[in-house]
Formats: sequence, structure tokens, C-alpha cells
Amino acid sequence: MVNLVIDGLSVSVPEGTTIMKAAAGIGIEIPHLCFLEGINEISACKVCVVEMQSHGEKAKEKLITACNSSVEEGMVIYTNSPKVRRVRRNNVELILSQHDCHCATCARSGNCNLQKISNDLGILEVPYKEEVPKTPWDSNFPLIRDSRKCIKCMRCVQICDKVQDMRVWDVQNTGSRTTVDVAGNKTIDTSDCTLCGQCITHCPTGALRERFDIPKVFQALAESSRITVVQVAPAVRAAWGEELGLAPEDFTEGKMVAALKRMGFDYVFDTNFAADLTIMEEGNELLERLGNPGKYAWPMFTSCCPGWVSFVSKRYPKYLRNLSTAKSPQQMFGAMVKTYFAQKKGIDPHTICSISIMPCVSKKREAALSYMRSAGAGQDVDIVLTTRELVRMMRAEHINPKFLKEESFDSPLGESTGAGVIFGVTGGVMEAALRTAYAVVEGHNCEPDAFPAVRDTRGIKAAQGIPGAGDAKGAESALDTQGISGEEREIRLMGRREADFELGGKILHTCTVSGLGNAERLMQDIVSGKVHYDFVEVMACPGGCVGGGGQPIHDGYEMAEERGRELYRLDEERPLRYSHENPEVQKAYEEFLGKPLSRKAHELLHSKHVNELVFETHNYI
Amino acid sequence: MSRLKIATPNQAQLTVERLYKDLERRIIASPPGLCPVDLQLSFLKLCHAQTCGKCAPCRIGLGQLQNLLEDVLEGRGSLKTLDLIRETAASIMDSADCAIGYEAAHMVLTGMDGFMKDYKHHIEHGKCSCHITQPVPCVALCPAGVDIPGYIALVREERYADAVKLIRKDNPFPTACALICEHPCEARCRRNMIDSSVNIRGLKRMAVDNARANRVPVPEKAESTGKCVAIVGGGPGGLSAAYYLELMGHHAVVFEEKGKLGGMLRYGIPNYRFPRERLQEDIDAILSTGVEVRLNTRIGNGEGEIPFGQLRKEYDAVYVAIGAHTDKKIGIEGEDSHGVISAVEMLRHIGDEDMPDFRDKTVVVVGGGNVAMDCTRSAIRLGAKKVGIAYRRRQDDMTALPEEVEGAIAEGAELYSLKAPHKIEADENGNVTALWVEPQIIGPIDAWGRARPIQADVPLQRIPCDIVVVAIGQGIEIRDFEEAGLSVKRGTIAALSDSEVEDVRGVFAGGDCVTGPATVIRAIASGKVAAANIDEYLGFHHVISCDVEIPPVNYEDKEPCGRIQLSEEEAGVRKKSFDAFECGMTKQEACQEAGRCLRCDKYGYGSLKGGRAAIW
Repeated sequence: MVNLVIDGLSVSVPEGTTIMKAAAGIGIEIPHLCFLEGINEISACKVCVVEMQSHGEKAKEKLITACNSSVEEGMVIYTNSPKVRRVRRNNVELILSQHDCHCATCARSGNCNLQKISNDLGILEVPYKEEVPKTPWDSNFPLIRDSRKCIKCMRCVQICDKVQDMRVWDVQNTGSRTTVDVAGNKTIDTSDCTLCGQCITHCPTGALRERFDIPKVFQALAESSRITVVQVAPAVRAAWGEELGLAPEDFTEGKMVAALKRMGFDYVFDTNFAADLTIMEEGNELLERLGNPGKYAWPMFTSCCPGWVSFVSKRYPKYLRNLSTAKSPQQMFGAMVKTYFAQKKGIDPHTICSISIMPCVSKKREAALSYMRSAGAGQDVDIVLTTRELVRMMRAEHINPKFLKEESFDSPLGESTGAGVIFGVTGGVMEAALRTAYAVVEGHNCEPDAFPAVRDTRGIKAAQGIPGAGDAKGAESALDTQGISGEEREIRLMGRREADFELGGKILHTCTVSGLGNAERLMQDIVSGKVHYDFVEVMACPGGCVGGGGQPIHDGYEMAEERGRELYRLDEERPLRYSHENPEVQKAYEEFLGKPLSRKAHELLHSKHVNELVFETHNYI
Repeated sequence: MSRLKIATPNQAQLTVERLYKDLERRIIASPPGLCPVDLQLSFLKLCHAQTCGKCAPCRIGLGQLQNLLEDVLEGRGSLKTLDLIRETAASIMDSADCAIGYEAAHMVLTGMDGFMKDYKHHIEHGKCSCHITQPVPCVALCPAGVDIPGYIALVREERYADAVKLIRKDNPFPTACALICEHPCEARCRRNMIDSSVNIRGLKRMAVDNARANRVPVPEKAESTGKCVAIVGGGPGGLSAAYYLELMGHHAVVFEEKGKLGGMLRYGIPNYRFPRERLQEDIDAILSTGVEVRLNTRIGNGEGEIPFGQLRKEYDAVYVAIGAHTDKKIGIEGEDSHGVISAVEMLRHIGDEDMPDFRDKTVVVVGGGNVAMDCTRSAIRLGAKKVGIAYRRRQDDMTALPEEVEGAIAEGAELYSLKAPHKIEADENGNVTALWVEPQIIGPIDAWGRARPIQADVPLQRIPCDIVVVAIGQGIEIRDFEEAGLSVKRGTIAALSDSEVEDVRGVFAGGDCVTGPATVIRAIASGKVAAANIDEYLGFHHVISCDVEIPPVNYEDKEPCGRIQLSEEEAGVRKKSFDAFECGMTKQEACQEAGRCLRCDKYGYGSLKGGRAAIW
């Protein structure tokens, strides 16, 4: 243990602890902007500066940064000395001089660390000349970068490099013109960006955000001739209340439905229904492929995550045929709304405005793909909102969830099982598929919790799987306590969960990962023939959709783990936990689709994935 | 009233003088990878501040050029902007009164010729094409990319063996480089911004003096791949490649023409600079990996030689690192006289401990490079009565390291500068009696910025001597390889930057035989690059790493502090023998010097992009 004094308080911490962590342990929160534990420890903003004195000596001339400086025995630290106060204030003022401070019109107003720090420091005026850089950006692209708000903290570069391994962003220019931009000579639409949105959820300011599509929704709600049909993805229900400051028990599924109805949506449905439908199609597709192994490329990949599909398209186009042809739940839902539902209700599908609420930015692009028009009435999904946009809409509509009464999803696309709910968390699609595949092959249901090996028990931070970073250390110690060593340990450290299951007397080799960095390492091993699997589930965001790029933002804190637990709780609570037992899904097959993989199912619920870079550039709504 | 006053500089002037010095050092420490257009703009700003303001082109023009460059940098420029910049600069150059104006404009035009691509990139893409790839200046400038801040920190903690291990990750010749590296790493050391560069080579020497390379075990080898690689040439490049290939699990067989390993380290550099037993320490460590050596074996088409084609057949890959060991002739009358010897020949004999007898002879060395100094200082040690250096330019123009030239002069060498060799005079027996030289005056500056000598309007001079040593460069014995199908460019083997020889699958080449005579560290770097690419070529992707943990930074204030220089044995004593004369640092010195390192691996861009390549 290392002993030191911070602001007059003695503290004893393990060797290697940073000054910031040591201070936090005794209730001293040193202000910081660019720091992101394990990912961005570059001390660029110089806001977390502290004054240091070695034992018995006079204070050092130069301040040190608390975020990335380790404690030393006998250190005396001042976090609020006159020098620290002056430097911290000056540095924040300098950052503000190059920042667009129109906070009232910023997406992150009220949830911005820069805003909070300047306010806390009482900076009411900036003494420097305003020099806000403006670089052009395509405002139609689902991801928006506003250079006027970028403080060059480099978090976006780091999260994209270290966690997602996509290397879309990079430092551009040198000297005073140093900034962040799309790497190389690419523009964002020709880059490898999969729209996972992790840069957005890790941006400390409003420099990165999704394209706001709320006005389109309000317009649809205003047109009395249009039928507005909204679907809500599983992970949204576990997160929407966070930004409203609600306790988890106060933002229930029922209240979310009630809020949407209050806003005036004609039908409020559940994407979980389509998740169950996806399992029927994808599960049967897996069995079909297993029955004719020579006809197909292996392993079969899940296809519900558009970030992952985009990744395969851009990085490994040869493996597009390995993706399940089943569309994602969002798109299956869109196709069913404008056919089955429209027929059932006798509505002209052209009058339907199909809206989805997703924890995801990539879904905005998926909905706009040219081949997502199976129902013959425009795009199957017309507008996609993120969880954050949903919350903003609620705030615009001054809805106080506290006073809402629980309401149920509408029928016939509102019923879902626990298997559909866990689609929102890494391993969930795999688990749901296994539950149904087992029943189809064996003729009876397994225990609903029979596949714990596909769940990520290491926690989301470890799922980010940054080699050598602080978070991975957590994963390492978790493995130590579980006594996992050797090759398996290596694999687990890459965020990979391998599990073998017996299905109809044969062994099914499965693998599940989340985070595109982990996906990249997995693909390298698959391509080199180092590993062989039958069925692989990938979700682009660490922890799955619960950690999605469209979810509420908490600076410096990852919420995916808590949200994932909520989804597993909802699964456990559901009376039905197997997709094939969903009565509304069964009815849809009886009345409309026939059976899984039928011709009609193929027309509406499956698609061939195409290389996005070749066919879809410049094609977003 | 006084009619005249003695001018004494005031406080402001004195301070500005100091700041000029600070700026000079700052320019020296300018990191690699900056935007040249942005720098051009900064230079212009300084030039503009120097203008007296009398003439319009300088007073206004230099400002307007800044505005135009600003437009380019801010993405507001077009190709027309570039035309206007050129036109304006040309007009300033053609009309400004004094050098403040026309030289500033000249700089702009030079820049436009030199980095037009960068100007255009700004205009076409609205951003700069420059990227800081290796953020740590010393590592960026070390051809082998040795982790310099890492081993300096280890030396500071007296972890010498760990320092040697860390150096070896990128360079298996820690001792050689500790003693004789030309240390390009020190050139842009950021410490220059405070006082002067860190004595990096001296600190490396501290490591190898306290943890001898042959006593620091080499890392564990990868599992054997069963592949076998032939290496032609047992110099620093060939042995470096052999070392890394062995670590990767391939078997390396080195073919060396001479009787001992080391190449130019043995046959080019005399013992007093690099003692043989110290060279052996590096070689022993390299051989401990299992490298197989065939001495006295020449690859070629002559009798008793192994044809190159046979190597290609028998081995999975071949690395050619034959160096540059042939001499160049001056091409003057009398060069075939008895007593004229080439530098290569002289140093080769010394390398084989077959010492030429120079006792009581007068020796003139022709040339101004490091090899010429090695010959001069060796001749002194061989007992010559008098040793002179004839060089056609000035002392300042010599390509040899200044300390080598100064060392030679201190040991008693005469310097005949601005003397171009004209002919060699011999007696009736063909023995050299004198070197006739043409006196020169220094003349116009050439395109590379070097002053060219031109013939002086005076008669020839006679320098009486018994021995003439010709040290004007080396060539490469390339014929046998050319005949074997390797492509050749301007007397060197044409290899790509990944060291593969174009169109000849499985053959790689590097070092002096590709670059022409260069430095040891460049040869080592070529060996490292070749090993990595041979590994890939053989279908593997082995990784070279080092498990030494690098000490954390310390938080001491960086007060200005002088640079520790290595001391030397006094000239009168050292010139009497071939014994090494440079002395290493004491612990006190090493600790202070290591503490001067600013740890660019942890501070600045290093903390963003990672200060080190932990594996390659």
C-alpha cells in the first residue's frame, strides 16, 4: 500500500492507483473532461491538474494530472491550491474559447461535463477571442459530427480504435489545426463506420450525435390520414427512464406504452414480437443449414445487429453468405405491419407510418437500405428514433411518467416471450434460438435457463476486452476467481464465450461476442482456420443493445450491465419463455405466413445481404 | 553634450538574444511529421517581424503571403491561390531591397517546389496529409526504432540487464551501438528545447558496460518451424536478421567470406573505437540463439565458391547483406605506385590483426569521412612519423563526425584542407615520394547546400610522403549477384523498402549493399525488417516482444541541466596504442543524465498514440 495525503486527508491505496482514484476514494471528485478509464488516459484537457509536494520538499513547480499519474509514497497533493484553481479555470476558459457555447440549442444540454464544470467554476465570461472551427458535414447521415462542439478529447478516436477496432476517426492536421476527423482521405459515408454509435455515447459534449428524426414523427402524428404504428426494441425499456431521473421500478414497460399512447401513436407494438418471429425463422434456418451442411458456408452468423452486418459487409464481404438470411426483428416487424397487420385491420399500407424506437444508431441506416421494402408500400420502417430521441419526445410532450398508468402493448403484434426480451443483451439471440431449436429437434422444451454459458457473466467492462487496459484487468481477476486458465482464459479475455450443446445427438459449437473489436479478433481466427463454430452471435456494441449507441448517456459510466440484468429479470418474469410458444406468432403463421421458411416468409422476412459499400453509399432516408 | 556614445545592449536586447538561442534549439528539436505548409507560415511570420518596413514588397507582401497560406491551411484556397502565392513570392524576390525580403520570398518558393504535394492535399481534401506516426522523436529517428525512453528509464534505476534486453527487442547489437553508433536519435531530442540533447549513446554504454551482452541471456525461441534461411554476409545486418529469424523458430545459416564475423564492425572500425572483445560480446549473444556460421565461404561464381543459385535451391529464403567492401580509386596519375593503399585494404589487415608497418613513415590520407579519420588515427597508432589528411573542401564540410576530426587533430594529424589530389609522385622504384595537390578556394553553394571547391589561382603544392591512403568511399562487389539475376541500380542491389528483391521470390537484401555505405544502425534496422518480412514470406506471423516492465515517470521538475559528455584518455597516451580510450559514465553521471530524459513516451502525443511499439 502507498500512503499519501490529499487536501490534508491521509489515504492509503494500492500501488499503481491514480491520484484521481485515490482522491475519489475519500470523496474528493477531481473535475475532469477527457479522461475515460482504461480507454482515454491522455490528460489532454488538463482540467484534472493538481499540485504535488514530495515528502519534506517544497511544492513542485509543474502541476501534474490526476487522471494518469500514479500515487507515490509520501506524496502530498493539493487539488484546490491557488495555483490549481488558476490553471484549471484558465484551461477551461481556453477550451470554451474554441467551443460553441450555445448550450440552449445543444443535444447534450444538461448532460454535458464541460457545461457542468464551467458552471461549477463560475465562468460567466470567457476572456479570450472566440475561435470556433466549423467543418462541413453531411446532415443527412445518421451520425452527425459538429466540429464547433468538439473539444479534441480524443475519446471517439480511442473508443473506435481500442474497443471497436474500426479506426474510423483519427487525429487530423498538426499544430494549432490539430482536430478529429474521419481517418485518411475518406468521408464518413465511405469510411468503415458501422454506425455503432459508441463514439456518440462516449463524447463528453454534443460534438457527436445521431440525426434527429423527431420532427418527422411529429409530422406523421399531426396528419390525421396517417396511421402511426410504433415498435419498441427490447433494450429501450431497460434504459428510457434513466435520463428522466427515474428509479428502475418507475420506468416500467407499461408506463412506456402509456407514454407512447399519450403522445398519440395509433398502435404501440413490441419489437419483441418480431424477435420471437426472428427465432422461428432463424432457428429453423439453422436447423435447415445443419441438415444440409454441404450447401452452406459455416459458421452461420446472426443477422439482427445492423452494426455487425455492416461490419461484415465492409471488412469481410466474402462472409456475407454466412449471415442468416433472416432480417432483423425491426425489419421483420416493419414488413409484417405493412402486410399482415394492414390486411387484418383493412388499412391501406400506404397510409401507415411505421416507426421504431431503438437503442441503436445503425438501425437508422438499416431501415433505409434499398432492399428493406418488402411490403410494397415504401420502406418497411419509415422512421427510426433512438432511446434518447424517445426521451426527448416525452420531455417535449411534458409527460411525467410518475402519473402514468401502466398500459399493455396492442394486439396482434404486441405479445412476446422472455426469449424475445433477451434479444437486447449479448448472448440473448443465441439463447433464444437454442431454446427453440432444442424444442424443434427434441420434441420437448428444455429448461428455460439451460444455457448459462452464452450469458456474459464477466460484466460489460470486461466485454470491452481492451487488451492491457484497466477494464481487462477486472476481467482477468474475475477469471482468476473462477479458476479459468490457459487457452480458455485467453479466449475469454477476448470477450468470447464458446459453448457446445448437444442437439439431436450432434454437438453444436457456438460462440458469442459483443463489441466489434472482439468481433474483428474472432473473424481473424475464423478466417485463419484457428477456430471452427457452427453458430456465432455478434452484437456490435459492448454488452449488446443494452449498451447501444442510441441509449441514454452517462459520462464515464457504463450502464449495459445493469440494463442487461433488467432484461434477464423481465425474461424470468414472463409467463412464456420460448419464442415458439408466442400465441400471436403462432397465429401469424396460421393466418398469414404458413410455416417458418415458407415462400411468403422468405419474401417478407428474409433478405440477401449485399455489400453496403458498393450498393448503399449515399442512400439514407 | 557627448558627441558619441558606447553602445551597450539593454535588458530587452539581451533577453531577445537569449530567446534567439532558445528558438535555435527549439528548431533543432522540431519533431518529425509536422505540416510543412503550417511551418512555412510560421517562418514567414518571423521573417515579416524582421522587415524594416521601408519597401512595399517586403512590408506588405510577406503579410499577404501569410494570408494566402492561411487560406490554404483553412481549406479556403484553390489552385489559383497557389498561383498567386508563387507570383507574389517571385515579385518580392525580384524587387525587395535586401535579403530580409528576397530571402523570405525565396523560402516560400523553395517550399512550393519541395512540398507542392502537401499544398495540393490541403486544397483538395481540406486537411493535411501529415500524420505523426511515431510520436517519440528519438525512437522515430532511430532506424531500428529502439525503445530509447524505456532503456534510459531502466538505466536510471540501475536495471542494466533489463535495459540490454529491451534494446535487443529491436537491435541485437547493443554493445556496438553503445560504442560507435552515430546516434541519429539525439538529433531532435526534445530536451534541446530546455538545454541540449540527452547523451543517449552514453547511457546505452552504461547499460552494456554494467551488463555485458554475452552475460544477458537471449529470449526464449519460438518453436522450430523447420524452415531454413541462408544469410550472405556476417556483418551487423546479416547477423541481426539471423538473430531474429532464430528467435522466430527458423534456422539461420550465415555465410561469411572472411575469417571472422562482424563485417565492417571488425574490418572497418579500429579497435580503439570498438575493442574486439566487446564486439565478441554481441556476436556471442547472437550465436547463442543457434545461428549456424560458415566462415571463409564466399558466395559467387569463382572456384571453390558456392553459386547463389544453389543457395536459392537449398534454402527456404535468402538474405543478401554483403555490405560495401570494395575500394574506390581517385583516378589520378601514380595511383598504382608502391605505397598507395586503399582504406578498405588497410582496415581489413588491421581487422585480421595483420598490422601494416608504418613506423617512421610519412602518411597522407585522402578523404574527409569517418573512414578517413579511422585510417588517420590508425596510422598514428601504427607508429607513423607524420600523418596528414588531404581534403578538397574545408574542415567544416567533412562528412566525418566532428569529434572524430577533432580527435585526429588532437592526436597530431595535420589537416591539409582545400587540397584536391592531383597526382602521386614516385621514385624510380615505384615507391611513393609525394602527393601533389591542387589548392582550392571554397566556392558557390550547390543544390544540396554544400559549398563546392573551385581551383585556386596558385601553383600545385607538393606534400612529401611515403604512404598514401585512399579513403574516398567504398563500392559493392555486385557482379556475381547481378549474374544470378538480382536487379541492380547504380551499383547497389535493388531491393524494395520491405527488403524484398523485386521479381526474385524469396530473396531479400539490405544494408550497405542496398543503400550504399551507411551506418551500423541502418544495417541492423535492415536486418530487422528483413527478418520480419522473411517470416511473413515463409507463412508465419511471429511476434518479437520484450517482457521488461518500463519504470513509471517521476514527477521531478525539469530544471535546465548540462549534458554529460563521455571523457577520453588524453591524446598523448591514447595515440600510442589501439586500446579503447573512451570512458563510460559513472553511476552519478548516468543517473543525472538519465534524469534529463523528458519521457516523450509518456508525455505529449506519446500518451495518445502509445509511446512504444511493444511488439513487432
